[in-house]
Amino acid sequence: MISTTQLAAHDIEDLLIIEDLRVHFPVKIPFVQRVLSREKLVVHAVDGVSFSLKPGEILGLVGESGCGKTTVGRAAVRLLDPTTGRITFEGVDITHLGQGKLRPLRRRMQIIFQDPHASLNPAMTIGRAIGHPLQIHKIERNEEAIRRRVLETMREVGLTPSEQIYDKYPGDLSGGQKQRAVIARAMILEPKLLVVDEGVAMLDMSVRAKVLELMLSLKRKYGLAYIFITHDLATAKFLCDRIAIMYLGRIVEIGPAATIYSDPKHPYTQALIQVIPIPDPDKRRKKTLPRGEVPDSIHPPGGCRFHPRCQSVLVTCGWEGRDFVELLGQYLSQVSKDSDDGKTLGPIEEWSASGLIARRRGTPENLPRMVGEVKRIISKAPSALNQAVGSVTTQKDWVVVQFRNPEELKQTSIDDRMVECLLYQ
Amino acid sequence: MLGVLPQNAEMKGLLEYKGTDLAHLDGEAFRRIRGKEIALIFQDPTTRLNPLMRIEDHFVEEIRTHEPISPKEARSRAREALVSMGIHESRIRNYPHEFSGGMRQRIMIALAVVLNPSLLIADEPTTSLDVIVEAQILEILQDLKGVYKMSLMLITHNLGIVAEVSDRVAVLYAGKLAEVGPVRDVFHRTIHPYTQGLLASVISLDTRDLHSIDGTPPDLVDPPTGCRFHPRCPYAQTICSEKVPQLQEYRPGHFAACHFGDTFV
Repeated sequence: MISTTQLAAHDIEDLLIIEDLRVHFPVKIPFVQRVLSREKLVVHAVDGVSFSLKPGEILGLVGESGCGKTTVGRAAVRLLDPTTGRITFEGVDITHLGQGKLRPLRRRMQIIFQDPHASLNPAMTIGRAIGHPLQIHKIERNEEAIRRRVLETMREVGLTPSEQIYDKYPGDLSGGQKQRAVIARAMILEPKLLVVDEGVAMLDMSVRAKVLELMLSLKRKYGLAYIFITHDLATAKFLCDRIAIMYLGRIVEIGPAATIYSDPKHPYTQALIQVIPIPDPDKRRKKTLPRGEVPDSIHPPGGCRFHPRCQSVLVTCGWEGRDFVELLGQYLSQVSKDSDDGKTLGPIEEWSASGLIARRRGTPENLPRMVGEVKRIISKAPSALNQAVGSVTTQKDWVVVQFRNPEELKQTSIDDRMVECLLYQ
Repeated sequence: MLGVLPQNAEMKGLLEYKGTDLAHLDGEAFRRIRGKEIALIFQDPTTRLNPLMRIEDHFVEEIRTHEPISPKEARSRAREALVSMGIHESRIRNYPHEFSGGMRQRIMIALAVVLNPSLLIADEPTTSLDVIVEAQILEILQDLKGVYKMSLMLITHNLGIVAEVSDRVAVLYAGKLAEVGPVRDVFHRTIHPYTQGLLASVISLDTRDLHSIDGTPPDLVDPPTGCRFHPRCPYAQTICSEKVPQLQEYRPGHFAACHFGDTFV
């Protein structure tokens, strides 16, 4: 494939630049509820993500489900409209480009999804599917020429014997072959950027290795750049030049793959690397796991979003009212409902949290007792949370737990990487 | 082992559990064992939990099927089981959809262990979970093994998990055992070429070069003759396509079914 479309990109160093990207999805709620609650619920899928990508570079976007990695990938090729931020591709600001103007650019940015089966039209032969983009983009009209290019691309991605497979339907192919067909369909346009969203997750171990090798060889041959979206850190380490670790819509650490794996800085990165199972029974080790699960991204935690689960959390990391409610909930689950504590402080539903404050209503008789109990529970809490509590007071008939202001979280550069963590600020 | 195969399945051979042959057990007798003696954790908790039933009703139904106790007692047992899995007892009246994936999997485990079975079968228990939650669940399963002296049969394709959790491993290929043995022997003194291929194709943090097993798993309607792995085996000889290899003990407790097992010992 000789590139016919080497446009303006020559003197621009970065192929793709993403600056402070935010993608928010309004939550669909029934009309009555919408009228009753004035609060507007929004999923903060991506909340301030910046990175750049050079030609021929593979950037891994790694994180657990719901961290926004797929949303970043989709926004990068403008399958989604960003809420705010800027996306520059080959020097052109494509953030708000209309579909008509995007279409010629789409030839040079392609995306591959997790499920190859769902990506192929079951009623279209493999040959026609791979050649289809040439017709859509009006690159080639001559049937014979299209066939020639399709066969050439099929051989390139190892989809052989290509003459036979050309007339087959997706249902006749194995998973690995289907994923190769999908790669061929993207490659026939000679893209510069390929977003691969969990592209090998559904493939068998042995097939996965071959598809990864194919991706590497296409990169070497055509200088193709990838955004490789995955939750599998081992695969990402093998494939990627640089890695961005995402948590709840933000990049917490980004840098060269080798450095990030040999010396992870962010506690979340450390946790992720630590949990990769090692296929060697002699290397079993005790792990210290982050507590709980990823919180929902409608109300992400304040301060550093990882602070409620972090092993190395500091006093200033963003402790807030709901962290106290959470702590109290855990405490109450261990004592009986009918015990003194259970009666004084519970049920947990009586408590509400907003920002740095947690509070509940009491009666004049039991308020002092409540304050005492709350203080006692806080004194037994982990020291970071314990010291983050500014005061426990009564205001009219409320008990109020007030937290101190957190420190502002900034990105810190350490050697050749960026980390968003107060430990290094 | 749970008697839940489809109607058209034909089962031959011996399947003995505590002296009872499960293969020829009738439905009623099997019901007494299933859940009470042998429990199963599925890959996908949403298919096990009834979306229209509260969590407590799942427990009460299950416990009262096997034990003649009052609903109240059953509920308190359920609460204990949930709390032991780190789920707040106040959530016992919630519905399955109100829990996260990791919590649903914990509820499944609580449902499986509430009757204190002797054998727990976990079929890909963490495949649908995120990596950190996966590690949390594996820790719980290991604790069960230690605390309740439960036997655990873990079905998985993830060799990393096998290495971390299990004492013994059985490697299956195309419906036959290729290799069985203590986990250290199977991983470090591998005999069967299929196991060798599997271990080489794992992508771990130390991976420098990728390896894969050529070809694809065979069609079980018409499996290959002789050793079922021979069409994909780099060491295959004529005998491999002609004669079915038998499981043979190469070290204490370490078996493999390969004509050339001796050369790999």
